[in-house]
Formats: sequence, C-alpha cells, structure tokens
Amino acid sequence: MNHSKTRQLSLAKRGMTFEILMWYFTRLSALAMYALILFGLIGGLIMGARNQMNFADVMRWAFMPNVTHVQSTDVPDITPWASAFWKSAASALLLLAVAHGVHGLVVIADDYIASAGGRKIVRLLSIVMMLSMMAIGLYILWTS
Amino acid sequence: MGLSRNVSLWTGLRYKGQGPYLTFILHRVGGLGMGIFVTIHILASFLGGEGGVLVNSIYENWMFQIFIFFCALFHAINGLRITLLDLFPKLIEHEHEAIWIEWAVFLPTFGIAVLAIVTTALGG
Repeated sequence: MNHSKTRQLSLAKRGMTFEILMWYFTRLSALAMYALILFGLIGGLIMGARNQMNFADVMRWAFMPNVTHVQSTDVPDITPWASAFWKSAASALLLLAVAHGVHGLVVIADDYIASAGGRKIVRLLSIVMMLSMMAIGLYILWTS
Repeated sequence: MGLSRNVSLWTGLRYKGQGPYLTFILHRVGGLGMGIFVTIHILASFLGGEGGVLVNSIYENWMFQIFIFFCALFHAINGLRITLLDLFPKLIEHEHEAIWIEWAVFLPTFGIAVLAIVTTALGG
C-alpha cells in the first residue's frame, strides 16, 4: 500500500478559488435548505395537518411553500398563507435550490467533459439556465 | 475528449465500490431526478395550458410521488452526511458507520412515507 502524506496547505496558500467557494456554498446551502424545509414543514403542520391536509399536501408545502401547492386541501382559508412572508421564504428556497442544483449539474458534466472549451460552454449554458429558472420561479411565486 | 477510459465497460460495471459508491450513485440519481422534475414542473406551471395540466397530473400520481420522494429524501439525508463529514473532517474515519446510520434513518422514514402515500392512493 502506498501511504503518501496528504498535503496540508492553508487556505491563504491555496487561494480562495471559485471552485472552493462553490464547494462551501454547496454544503452551506444544504444546511440552509434544511432550515427552510423544516420551517415549511412546521408551517404545513400548523396550517391543517390534523384533519385538513394529507401527507402529500404537507410535503408539497414543506418543500416549496407556494400557495398553489395547498389549494386542493380542505383548509378553509389559505389567503394568510399567500403572505409576503411565505413568498419570501419560498423565494429564498428557490434561489438556493436553483444555484445548488445547477452547480451540481456542472460538477456531473465535468466528469464527462474534460476539454477546456467544452467546460466553458457548460458553464455558459448553466449560467443562462440558472438565471432564467430563477426569474421564471420568482415570477410564478409572486404572481400566484 | 474526456470519454476515453483505460477500463472496459464490463470492468466498470463490476467495480465494487460498495457502500460509499452506492450512495455516490444514488446521490446523483436523486439530484438529477429532482433537477429534471423541478425544471419541468416550473416550466409547466409557467406555460400552463393543456400540456401544463397533463405534466402536473403525472406529478400528482402516487407512483411518481414515491419516486420523487425517494430522490428528495435520499439526496437530503446523504447530503447531510456529506456536509457533516466535510465540515468536521476528523469524522471521515467513521465514513462507513456514518453510511450505516444514514440507512437506519432513511429506510424507516422512506418506508413510512411510502405507506402513507400508498394507503392514501388506494384507500381514497
């Protein structure tokens, strides 16, 4: 077995590259999405999990607190749940999830596309896709 | 290009990466599944019309719910394991134990969710 010593460089010597920044972003955004989804789950339980919503309704609200996700439930009045507060929580979750997800697609693509030009095209397409999905998502959230 | 490899496809398929490799593959399957689903779902909601209603009715089907909940729950629990072990690198020694804990959390949680989805779908 080859026991090579691992390189231990301080962050200052390695330099804070974009890839390292995204490595942190992927993990920290995961924690932030945990907080937002648990928050949404509590909201869904308060809204009417006792007898007005089924499991799928609560999950839909937890994973994206958009009011159209609960319009088929027996909750008598869903207008308080269409507030700017919940739209802001949904927007934060949307922006984090799109950025986290698009970067994940770039990581997968890098496993199959090794040429510098190909990777540049992947990055360009991913930025276009990220910005357009963020814009469309925000439009849906704030107009529904 | 990046696709020239020095192992055959058969050797690749027989790769015994065991537990950590399985979670690696399932993390990608879950991430891609959610990515494709969420993208199509957002576009369907945005465009609306007959096509949008058709797409969203597929997503409300109980079999699809089981698939997408597998993607989301596995990706979330495995992602938390990766995050914790990466942010506290000393824990990486216990990676295999962490993966066993992960399955111990995932299987009962996913099992009870499938039970809830199936009984709702079949019991009305």
